[in-house]
Amino acid sequence: MRDVAIVGTAQRPSQVETNLTSVELILPVIDEVITKVGIDRSEIGFWCHGSCDYMSGQPFSFVAAVDAIGAWPPIVESHVEADGALALYEAWVKIQTGECDIAVVFSNGKTTSGPIDRILTLQADPYTVAPLWPGFDAMSALQAQACLDSGVVTERAMAEVASRSLADAKTNAIAYAKGDHSVDELLARPYTVAPLRAHDCGLPVDGANAVVLAAGDAARRLAKRPAWIRGIDHRIDTQRLGARDLTESNSARVAAQHAGVGRDKVDVAELHAPYTHQELLLRSAVGLDANKTRINPSGGALVANPAMAAGLARFAEAAEAIFAGGADRAVAHCTSGPCLQQNLVCVMEGE
Amino acid sequence: MSEADGILRVRQPIGVQYRWSAGPNATSHLQGLIEGRLIGKRCPGCELVYFPPRNGVCPKCARILGADVEVGPRGTVTTFCIVNVPFLGQKVKIPYVAAQILLDGADISMQHLIQECEADEVRIGMRVEPVWKDRSEWGPTLESIAHFRPTGEPDVKLGSEAGAS
Repeated sequence: MRDVAIVGTAQRPSQVETNLTSVELILPVIDEVITKVGIDRSEIGFWCHGSCDYMSGQPFSFVAAVDAIGAWPPIVESHVEADGALALYEAWVKIQTGECDIAVVFSNGKTTSGPIDRILTLQADPYTVAPLWPGFDAMSALQAQACLDSGVVTERAMAEVASRSLADAKTNAIAYAKGDHSVDELLARPYTVAPLRAHDCGLPVDGANAVVLAAGDAARRLAKRPAWIRGIDHRIDTQRLGARDLTESNSARVAAQHAGVGRDKVDVAELHAPYTHQELLLRSAVGLDANKTRINPSGGALVANPAMAAGLARFAEAAEAIFAGGADRAVAHCTSGPCLQQNLVCVMEGE
Repeated sequence: MSEADGILRVRQPIGVQYRWSAGPNATSHLQGLIEGRLIGKRCPGCELVYFPPRNGVCPKCARILGADVEVGPRGTVTTFCIVNVPFLGQKVKIPYVAAQILLDGADISMQHLIQECEADEVRIGMRVEPVWKDRSEWGPTLESIAHFRPTGEPDVKLGSEAGAS
């Protein structure tokens, strides 16, 4: 295996209903990350993009994003119809093949350009679930109710996640929702989709981000303290909600085992949990002790949830924690699909 | 046997509505079409003039496009096809010509219809001009122009770069 690290990140502050095109949204973060890392476009051997055409309502809309790269002379690029974190996984594999040493990964989500709750429902089983339009929040609420009924979470524990995330977001320039709210104050608020309250659900925003991956010596040249990827694994549960135990995340547990989360202490974990109860499920599945590991110091996806970019944002935040020296070992995670169907877990370390 | 046992098929129409953004860099182009003007954008890097301004970004330089540039109204056919196939929703009587047109002063071509001549008279290098719809029908769309028609000027010999995209 080649040693591969994240050597730079850039994130756009979250907005609601930006009037920019997706290309205009992406271009500044690509410019920023390339300038920060100090590389020329000609050094980039691979570009990988994560986004979702269903969110823009235009088939092949992702092709336009190539305009933001500057595709002349010709480049090597790819796209995943998924979160940018999955694009990072593809870029990591590309570097492992030896075909390139430096890759740029980027993602964008204009979550507010359409009814995101309906659009994400299209990720569900297309025969028996999606045609019913249950809504993404409602499917998550079913999961939350199952977790409450079985006792693996409590409404108070869910409110504690929201309270901590909103407070942590105060120091995060990218975050949209932020502030000091006590657990009791949050619990007094009405349900939006019972048993979920508004603060239990990630806030849909428009966002974009980019990271640079580099191998071996290139990584050492480009960053003072690269965030070395020591393990990365992606697992998927069945799309049939009725065939799963929704009170646990089996795919996250297996991915975390294969990524090697439990081999050593974890200083910081950035978990992509768009719902409060999902952070609680993920902590348990990934094997994290909130007393020993700082969970989502960025505020996580609850305070800014640009769909298709919120997972890569977790990787950017975890890498920044290593760059700054605040963490020696960090976990980054991305989920996709209803009720934590897919999970990507990554372990990063500083030297 | 319950009533549900007899159900073999259900219809479940689905639909989603979107709010599409033209983006600040393409707005003057669309505004121009409302006013009967053809406005493109110049790249501050390579100085190519884009009409239409794509997504507000030069794909060669990866830079946000700069100044507005009025182009046309006349242009040159860079390539074309004669449509003979009927299809659902067809608005123009077949056979008709869909052409790529390089407007004077622009560096990328745009697609529109060529009419007011026989389909077999259309050729690469032919000079054409827009025929606008009635002012009351102008909107933020190239459909403000009904079609293009031959100007009768001598043909232009196109270089390899013209209208390449």
